[in-house]
Amino acid sequence: MDLRFTDAEPTAQERDLIEATVPRVEVVEHPGRVVRGGHDARSQRHLLLPALAAVQAGIGHVSEGALMEICRRLTVPPAEAYGVASFYALISTEPRPPRIAHLCDDVGCGPFGADEVIAEVQRRLGPAGASTDGSGWARSPCLGQCDRAPAAYLQRAGQEDAVVAGADVSDVDHLVAALDDHPVTAPAVTVPQQGEPGLRLLARIGSVDPTSLVDHRVHGGGEALRRALELGPDGVRAEVATANLRGRGGAAFPTAVKWDAVAAHDDPKYLICNADESEPGTFKDRVLLEGDPYRLLEAMTIAAYATGCRIGYLYVRGEYPVATRRLADAIATSRQAGLLGDDVAGAGFAFDVELRRGQGAYICGEETALMESIEGHRGEPRNKPPFPTDTGLFGRPTVVNNVETLLNVTDIVLEGGQAFAELGTRDSTGTRLFCLSGAIAVPGVYEVTYGETLGALLERAGGVTGELAAVLLGGAAGSFVTAEHLDVPLTFEATRERGLALGSGVVMPFDAGTDLGRVVARIAAFFRDETCGQCVPCRVGVVRQEEALVRYLSNGRETVELELLGDIDRAMTDASICGLGQTAASAVRSAIAQRLV
Amino acid sequence: MTIQHPPVDREPPTSSDEHAATVTVEVDGRSVSVARGATLLDACRAIEQPQPTLCFLETLTPVNACRVCVVEVEGSRPLVPSCSRRAEEGMVVATDSPRVRHSRRMVLEFLGSSVDLSLADDVAGWMEDYGADPSRFGPPTPPADERDGRHAGHHASPGPEAGAETVEQPVKIDNDLYVRDYSRCILCYRCVEACGEDAQNTFAIAVAGRGFDARISTEFDLPLTDSACVYCGNCIEVCPTDALMFRSEHELRRAEVWDEDEQQVTRTVCSFCGVGCNLELHTQDDRIVKVTSPKDHSITHGNLCVKGRFGYDHVQELGDDLATTPIDEVLRSARDGSDAGG
Repeated sequence: MDLRFTDAEPTAQERDLIEATVPRVEVVEHPGRVVRGGHDARSQRHLLLPALAAVQAGIGHVSEGALMEICRRLTVPPAEAYGVASFYALISTEPRPPRIAHLCDDVGCGPFGADEVIAEVQRRLGPAGASTDGSGWARSPCLGQCDRAPAAYLQRAGQEDAVVAGADVSDVDHLVAALDDHPVTAPAVTVPQQGEPGLRLLARIGSVDPTSLVDHRVHGGGEALRRALELGPDGVRAEVATANLRGRGGAAFPTAVKWDAVAAHDDPKYLICNADESEPGTFKDRVLLEGDPYRLLEAMTIAAYATGCRIGYLYVRGEYPVATRRLADAIATSRQAGLLGDDVAGAGFAFDVELRRGQGAYICGEETALMESIEGHRGEPRNKPPFPTDTGLFGRPTVVNNVETLLNVTDIVLEGGQAFAELGTRDSTGTRLFCLSGAIAVPGVYEVTYGETLGALLERAGGVTGELAAVLLGGAAGSFVTAEHLDVPLTFEATRERGLALGSGVVMPFDAGTDLGRVVARIAAFFRDETCGQCVPCRVGVVRQEEALVRYLSNGRETVELELLGDIDRAMTDASICGLGQTAASAVRSAIAQRLV
Repeated sequence: MTIQHPPVDREPPTSSDEHAATVTVEVDGRSVSVARGATLLDACRAIEQPQPTLCFLETLTPVNACRVCVVEVEGSRPLVPSCSRRAEEGMVVATDSPRVRHSRRMVLEFLGSSVDLSLADDVAGWMEDYGADPSRFGPPTPPADERDGRHAGHHASPGPEAGAETVEQPVKIDNDLYVRDYSRCILCYRCVEACGEDAQNTFAIAVAGRGFDARISTEFDLPLTDSACVYCGNCIEVCPTDALMFRSEHELRRAEVWDEDEQQVTRTVCSFCGVGCNLELHTQDDRIVKVTSPKDHSITHGNLCVKGRFGYDHVQELGDDLATTPIDEVLRSARDGSDAGG
């Protein structure tokens, strides 16, 4: 490839950061010619995003010199690398304050304390984007900390990134000090049901030490893998099929169908654990990742064994620094202990996990966008078919499973698919995690056997604080429901029957004092920010939707704007490439249909 | 563990148990047989039912981004892009159902309300066919800020009186050969493909930014003269909306001298090398004002190099003292202007 680079050079610091991520370009001297990079370098394009992220983390932005250095090493055209860098919210291609507080103003924080925090931060640090002694701030979509709103994600060049939430954010002195260089300690991971009998996915959260492989084993870690090895790959898949396990990421696809399809293909093939949890109101995967990383690695290993994948990618959301560090430690420790590598647990099969970090793009939670992101391209979803089980990561058959889905596998293997299938209902087997936040007495992640009604779940979490106005069910891509829906059992089939979806398990009640118009407008703004921009119905549709909604909310040209919103909705739902566009009107539609706004 | 990956192969694997050379689908009630591997668009064209297309071009890999060619396939919840969806045995396809018509109309309204489509071929006709009225989203509202500086994940929320935000922006003029008027850009990806793997392999441009703020850009929005651009002009050739345009055409249009009705198109063979690329010389007032190449030509497929595309002045022998036509006046003053002003 005959690439042209500008003369911009990296600084020594930038070069060091890049060197640590991307191996130096090999210069191969063939008789009569010198080859720099070539196919070996290009096949490393999957390191593009990690390299950009490393520079961003170290310097605070990606300069032209740094971008050119990365491009030279990877033989990537600079225009393409710039296209990738500018796709992500956490990467800046222009100088900006080296320390940025990303303040969540999304549905789970905005009405619950964030407005006041943002006003105070603005008073202290000036307008968004400005720099006060190297510190600045920006508004952020949901950070997955809704159970302890309001929340802030701190990007601090040269220092570890961090999350602060709750009282530490409301106390703006503390927030500003933390942004500066105050060390931030991660709070212990807890769940409201801790210690209750019957917990499965949450059973070890809060009791197992997430930083210790030894403690993982003390709490039964490794038993599921041993059992899986006894069952053999076909046996494991058969148990998962019997269990009728369905995906917990939102699409509810039968896991065994994916696994069987990939198992039938030849090597190479890949396993991806989708931990890019970004649906507003969702934080269950964060709790699992922070609280029980070794169990996830064990579940991934079982999945890889059952499907014949030798390499797994764990794509974790960029705004989850604690989860990222614990996973990185757990992967390194597992390699040392022989639980990952060429001979897993001495059982004669190879499997290793690559940790990848998102950089601020909701769309990368869509499975094909996630693959594009890993490959070093812009996170733009692919058209389906072909499906990932045939043509996935690097063009090869790929299993993509959500964190919660995978974690179910350890219990299924240990107790058999039949026992799992007996939990819940016929079509919704096992337990389900729900993320309760907003106007609720005891926010947090709850695990319930499928079949519990919405009302019972709200009561389980201490009940709604104040008079219930509406519940956002399933996330920004979900729907608003009202008191009329409290009797709905939270199963795939019962919600579908009522035209709803469980999505990623978001249950966010709002009380009568909340300005629901603002909440709905925030959801419209969210999709305006997060669409990848690839297809016209979604790229322009989300802009027109927000404009029409704001006009509708403020000046009540009801007939005109409602007709527009309905037309936009139908086109986005019908003609968009991926699930983002196809659901971008769902919450707005439900709010209007029930006259909530 | 060092991970080496095989080259990405995006072609779906073909099923070995399906040997038949053709597949038969039903399009709007008519049975159509097409070669295995053909798309639904191919099937529609086989029965002379052309579908509107914007991002699709025969010489490029389909990106199915514009969605104006969507059709309804029985059994599929979302509509599917006919340009890239392969025909499968027994598919039942509707190209004119209410859902199809609605989505096509909306795509046209979305584009018409945000982008200047005045030079896009065929679009006005489709607007009429589908009853599209882009003005119903409110008055066009140009952005207050510079689109190239926008940051992913952030936008200014519209006010209660907001009209329809557009992509309007100044024309980028940074060289003598062609201009980029991204107010006309529908982000069809054609230029990126032509600059990249589908033709030129230069990779001077890519899509940057995200969402509605996505744009075609060089690295760091550098001028083309600092980019990898080799001025083959193949991006101009494939642009469906004339966002990319010969500098000569741009200047003549601006001076209101451009007159397609007065132009002649002469097909000839490029005289620079031995490949034999066919050229179409567009002349007005005995002056070459633009050069294209036929997309169906077996050698070029519409592609040329910088010499064939822009190296034509020598056949016109245009010294300053010979320039006499209004066209020469306009082009010379534009050239002088950019020499002086950069």
